[in-house]
Amino acid sequence: MHYLANPARFVSLANRALPYVWTITVALFAIGLFGALVTAPADYQQGETVRIMYVHVPAAWMALLVYTVMALASATAIIFRHPLADAAAKVAAPIGLVFCFLALVTGSLWGRPVWNTWWVWDARLTSMFVLFLLYIGYMTVWQAIEEPHRAAMVARVVALVGFVNVPIVKFSVNWWNSLHQDASVFRFDGPAIAPSMLWPLLVMGLAYAFLFLALQLVAMRSEIAARKLRQIRIAEIGER
Amino acid sequence: MSLVWALIRRDLVLALRQGGGAGTALGFFLAVVVLLPIGLGPDQALLQRLAPGSLWIALLLSVLLSADRIFQQDYEDGSLDIMAMGPVPFEIVALGKAAAHWLSTSLPLAIAAPVLGFLINLDPAVLAPLLLAMMMGSFTLSLLAAIGAAVTVGLRRGGLLVSLLVLPLYVPVLIFGVSASAAGPDIATPSLLILIALAFASLVLSPLAAAAALRSYLE
Repeated sequence: MHYLANPARFVSLANRALPYVWTITVALFAIGLFGALVTAPADYQQGETVRIMYVHVPAAWMALLVYTVMALASATAIIFRHPLADAAAKVAAPIGLVFCFLALVTGSLWGRPVWNTWWVWDARLTSMFVLFLLYIGYMTVWQAIEEPHRAAMVARVVALVGFVNVPIVKFSVNWWNSLHQDASVFRFDGPAIAPSMLWPLLVMGLAYAFLFLALQLVAMRSEIAARKLRQIRIAEIGER
Repeated sequence: MSLVWALIRRDLVLALRQGGGAGTALGFFLAVVVLLPIGLGPDQALLQRLAPGSLWIALLLSVLLSADRIFQQDYEDGSLDIMAMGPVPFEIVALGKAAAHWLSTSLPLAIAAPVLGFLINLDPAVLAPLLLAMMMGSFTLSLLAAIGAAVTVGLRRGGLLVSLLVLPLYVPVLIFGVSASAAGPDIATPSLLILIALAFASLVLSPLAAAAALRSYLE
């Protein structure tokens, strides 16, 4: 971890890794979508509508995972004062926001034919919407505070405070009677879903994760470049 | 310990003498409660059903509105810097200020709520649970508002950011608060117990977060 604290080293590693990450991402999406759309069976109740699951569920997983990454990065910044930890959290937020938005929208599209409603304020949907607001709030902190170091310090606190919501989202279907179905994959008793549906779901989940990794590396490169640019500008002003 | 009481007393005296905080919040609370029957129509049954939830929402928004007074003035005149360097741990300073806000603003609102509830046909059977739940919940609301106030203390236009940051945290308080404000045989409903648990949790965690956020502005 501290090996990569040097931004130049991180960027060169990212440059070398990205072609492979993108290739793996595309391959996983190809396999996953083939499994989701072709080989996976239709649901005996929902019919073909169930195939939205292969887009909706991994997006929701990523929304939670990315916020966890943000919280871990913020904790790393506080504990280890890692130079790139704040940048990692900052650039992960918009990616997580989009995953969260995708999860909400695809879930809504799935809910209309199956539950006969676009939205309901049950525990799972409410807590996911709260997660959406937390992402926006975190990004707004970076926007609102001009001085980057101060923004980083405040953003760490905001990310960690909001992390309370992540276990609530995960266990909301266990703790409350919700319209959203109970956990089918990440359960203590193991997955309760047919293997023919499970493997495309897991492959799609992995595909989304590699997509996040690729986007994160690209965004971190941009952030490091933006920081360099800012330092150059400040040095220029100092020299005049 | 006497230092902490001195801090709380100072904030309470300032709030009383300057006015503004509790008065503005109470005025906003009154405005919401008065506008509700005008907006929703005179149907008394509807108003009675909506009364507990509406009072809770008005309480939330009023506390949020008055949140920036917790740290703003002391930050602007430099007293917060002195408090940060003082003998009292900064987290306890933040806790003391949040407690002073609760005593001067949130708690009076919570006590006034059932009284104003009669304007929107609040069911008298709900009065005691509502009062108790609001007194417990208002403490959590003040603590969470302190986090929002700490995060935006140095910003000129931090109003939207406070709402954006604090409202997601208010959602559980609102959900359990309204649930605990229902009439029933037992006043210690599970929702009330969870509300008290939330108060305890924020009692410990909110000063840590608020102090950490404030330190970034004081450096």
